[in-house]
Amino acid sequence: MDAVFRALADPTRRRLLDSLHARNGQTLNALCGEMDMTRQAVTKHLAILEAANLVTTIRKGREKQHYLNPVPINEIAERWIGKFERGRLGALSDLKKRLERED
Amino acid sequence: MSNIFVYVTYIRTSPEKLWQALTEPEFQRQYFLGAQMLSDWKQGSAWKMVYTDGRVTDSGEVLEIDPPKRIVLKWRNEFMPEVKADGYTRCTFAIEQEGEMVKLAITHEADGPHKLLGHVANGWPLILSSLKSLLETGKGLSRPASK
Repeated sequence: MDAVFRALADPTRRRLLDSLHARNGQTLNALCGEMDMTRQAVTKHLAILEAANLVTTIRKGREKQHYLNPVPINEIAERWIGKFERGRLGALSDLKKRLERED
Repeated sequence: MSNIFVYVTYIRTSPEKLWQALTEPEFQRQYFLGAQMLSDWKQGSAWKMVYTDGRVTDSGEVLEIDPPKRIVLKWRNEFMPEVKADGYTRCTFAIEQEGEMVKLAITHEADGPHKLLGHVANGWPLILSSLKSLLETGKGLSRPASK
């Protein structure tokens, strides 16, 4: 779980996850195109995300595709969210989203 | 591009125990959030997912099976007409020993855009966390059957 928190603590790595959340299965090239940083830097961040099991890769021919793996984030949520709280929390997030959209 | 989802978890267990947990209803009852996958788990056999109240939620066929390493299912939703209309998806369970842990990767994919993948995107992470908890601590996650 430490690896997951460390991986999530960096804004660049969260942006990489956001990018995969919007478009799952991107190659290194595609991700570099979005990130405005060197290929080496993106590779390094992806390696940290992979080690934390937040990103998983599939090889398709010569290409390596990157997929967001939400399972470790769910494990964090399960650890601290009580079994009857989920519904209320969901309602609160929906309310927050709706109110902030109206501003 | 978004017609593939991959879910990965590492579990402190053996491939054989994980295989049992995936294929035996006794186990599934403890972590599958109220659903069970029923099949005789042979290549070409029918497969279905049944909810506690007996409703068949999904059905299909065992396309590939290689215990305790790999299952590939042909998978179609049965209870949401607009999702059923999108037809079949493919779901692969791959089990691999990695050091002291066993890696379980679930790949759920469709040949084009498919409504089912949006639905399972909410379910698989929960089911995998619950399965990991069951195998490592003897207890699945308890949760209200709200789905």
